[in-house]
Amino acid sequence: MSDVTRAEVCVAACADLFAGAGETLASPMGLIPSLGARLARLTGEPDLLISDGEAFLLTPESTVEGWLPYRRVFDVVAHGRRHVVMGANQVDRFGNQNISAIGDHARPTRQLLGFRGAPGNTVNHRTSYWVPRHGPRVFVERVDVVSGVGYDHAAGPFHDVHRVVTNLAVLDFATPDHSMRLVSVHPGVSVDEVRRQTSFPLAADDVTETRLPTDGELELIRTRLDPDAKREREVR
Amino acid sequence: MRDKRMTADEVVGRIEDGMTVGIGGWGSRRKPMALVKALLRSNVTDLTVVSYGGPDVGLLCAAGKIRKLVFGFVSLDTIAYDPWFQRVRETGAIDVLELDEGMVQAGLRAAAHRLPFLPIRAGLGSDVLTYAPGIRTVRSPYDDGEELVAMPALKLDVALVHLNRADRHGNAQYLGPDPYFDDLFCLAAQRRYVSCEQVVDRFEGAPQTLLLNRMMVDGVVEAPGGAGFTSCVPDYGRDEQLQREYATAAGDPERWPGFYERFLG
Repeated sequence: MSDVTRAEVCVAACADLFAGAGETLASPMGLIPSLGARLARLTGEPDLLISDGEAFLLTPESTVEGWLPYRRVFDVVAHGRRHVVMGANQVDRFGNQNISAIGDHARPTRQLLGFRGAPGNTVNHRTSYWVPRHGPRVFVERVDVVSGVGYDHAAGPFHDVHRVVTNLAVLDFATPDHSMRLVSVHPGVSVDEVRRQTSFPLAADDVTETRLPTDGELELIRTRLDPDAKREREVR
Repeated sequence: MRDKRMTADEVVGRIEDGMTVGIGGWGSRRKPMALVKALLRSNVTDLTVVSYGGPDVGLLCAAGKIRKLVFGFVSLDTIAYDPWFQRVRETGAIDVLELDEGMVQAGLRAAAHRLPFLPIRAGLGSDVLTYAPGIRTVRSPYDDGEELVAMPALKLDVALVHLNRADRHGNAQYLGPDPYFDDLFCLAAQRRYVSCEQVVDRFEGAPQTLLLNRMMVDGVVEAPGGAGFTSCVPDYGRDEQLQREYATAAGDPERWPGFYERFLG
């Protein structure tokens, strides 16, 4: 299939986050990660559990297969069979994430959501991040407030920050000191561009090109998962 | 059995300056807005509020009622940020205890169980503990020796919640998809007040939806539409237009007084 868009590459990259997840709750925040999780379930990961974002677990046919009110989400967090893909106002070199506030926490220049579930997510189960606009104000040397816990903080036996998917690239922390590494750049993006849009030095050996969605995946994205192409508004 | 029916103003008459008030619901979902409005009309002030925050927090911030907020987040759900909450934070007008949202549950549960704390993993390594130096860790006495957050009990003087149905004795029922944490708020509090869409003599539907029993409630307020503009499904969804008007006015000092008068009226 021709004319694959950047958004479609991002959806496939988000689907790949769940490779090997098995019978785990996928908790994607935001449209592109949601499409990715649902694409993964329709392809290589049929056992994924996915909620409606409120209180129900839904099958691919949108029938209710389970009840998951917020109180039970906290139980799943503590139990650990969950992979969350959160947003991030800031992410730093060691995978610390901020969705709480910009500036001094006592009197922020910009109040954001708050810690939400980021501290609990990151110390209990696998966590990835989705950044629709990769830039130096998001990829900072040090986050102002540590909401999601990074590799340079003691974080216990279950800490597992997996990957960061952005509109430009896929990144992970598979370096000796767990600093961020460039895994792949999306088709049409250069390594230099990602470096320019990142405020800290990025390990970039063996960088590949992010894979294109297969014809089968494109068909699912375009006709079944997102026929109105809302994905194109989140990533251009 | 006691008849606990009362008005929203009678509920607020039992709230004193400086009290710690827990507010049920979640974000912009099933908030006890009729009781919040009664608070806004009162002279009660200097409150510590514990909430999974939504426009309840924003409105109480706007009215200068909050001295300290204990929260995991403040959001209007379909609108990411509450402008009034942002303003009071950015001007340093309120104190905060900002927690992971699971820590809020653990703190309420500790209070509900009359325990001084409950261990939880959430918070470790994050800045929750940086900005809440009063929260300590505890080490497992068993072979694992794991260090955990000792989430202190969030003891409430007052709990305010809104459910779909209640009887005059304080048994109460949610009919939507999620009970949120309204039972925990009541169990963690000394004085417990539930507003409801309708006071009924007999409950319909599955008994599992009877979230509160009369041991957990001191006052019942019949308040049809009493969660609006937040959602109270299946009775009604969120009034998105009114919420947008709220958020727009909250971000514009010129428009706020007009909106506020109309909202309280």
